[in-house]
Amino acid sequence: MTVSVRQPFEKVVEQHGGTVLRVCRVLLGVHDAQDAWSETFLAAMRAYPGLPDDANAEAWLVTIAHRKAIDVLRARSRQPAPVEAVPDAPTGLGVPGAGDADLWQAVRSLPDRQRQAVAYHYVAGLPYAEIARIIGGTTDAARRAAADGIKNLRKNYPGAALKGAPA
Amino acid sequence: MTVSPNSVSPDYFASPADADTLARLRDKLGLAAEAEGLLDIAYTTVDSPVGALLLAATPKGLIRVAYDIEDHDRVLDALSQLVSPRVLRAPRRLDAAARELGEYFSGHRQVFDLPLDLSLSRGFRQLVQRHLPQIGYGQTLTYGQVAELVGNPKAVRAVGTACATNPLPVVVPCHRVLRADGTIGGYVGGPGAKATLLRLEAA
Repeated sequence: MTVSVRQPFEKVVEQHGGTVLRVCRVLLGVHDAQDAWSETFLAAMRAYPGLPDDANAEAWLVTIAHRKAIDVLRARSRQPAPVEAVPDAPTGLGVPGAGDADLWQAVRSLPDRQRQAVAYHYVAGLPYAEIARIIGGTTDAARRAAADGIKNLRKNYPGAALKGAPA
Repeated sequence: MTVSPNSVSPDYFASPADADTLARLRDKLGLAAEAEGLLDIAYTTVDSPVGALLLAATPKGLIRVAYDIEDHDRVLDALSQLVSPRVLRAPRRLDAAARELGEYFSGHRQVFDLPLDLSLSRGFRQLVQRHLPQIGYGQTLTYGQVAELVGNPKAVRAVGTACATNPLPVVVPCHRVLRADGTIGGYVGGPGAKATLLRLEAA
């Protein structure tokens, strides 16, 4: 029998903080991503001592981020959102050096499931079976959602340097 | 450049500003975790004349001071196993300890006034560690004298073990315990560190 070492939570943040931030950005845009990141890691820290030893920490974190992002979107749809009413204009909210307003517009216009599948497969690198578990439906449906999402991104954002294979 | 139809770089949604953003978010997480009562162990590292020291505290008090040669990652792994895996680098809880250590190393402090969490030691070892602060700054005792001090004059070897396993070196002054022949004896931070502390206190 091996004695498993539950590593300090700081290591989890160090190893997965960047990926979770990028996932939240795809799900919610630059604006709300940071709040979702904070909510995700606080909830994860609360639950961490009970996480099964053989659990995949990244899939676990993405699952929490998925729920937190849905909470954020629901909260946003319940309240009048004056920010949403303002026509898109260049702001300081973009990510300097990465993407641009057009890309975020393209990501935002994806159907939820496509955006989620793109985030979880292409950004977090999760297998489709895992993604199906998070968003519901079959593995094939998750694969199709990701493929359709990428196709739509290319169509709506021709300038996208969408290249390279997921790690 | 050819674009493969089914792949996209995961870095595409990254940003050069991510490192700053993440550093800020991690600081915020430390504060939120503290506020929510989730920060079971906060830690930081400080520089000192005896090398980088790891400082770790529970809500009860300082639980661990560790030398570089003890391997800080291993020390944190052990804390994660023994106390709780809810461990974050969160310097604020260690502010007082860091300040007092700075004062000590600059010769401006002789007694530490910090809440301590002695839960890493039990029984006789903890008893010995509770008594060690009675050895004043610049003073030394032998292992045998400490055994007498704790009311168990035959337990010289056990006193040696208690000193060697002191989870709070420097703050709990096991460096002030020497061999009966006057030689310096072992030390968790290495004999060089022990000599440095004794020289500092003799100045």
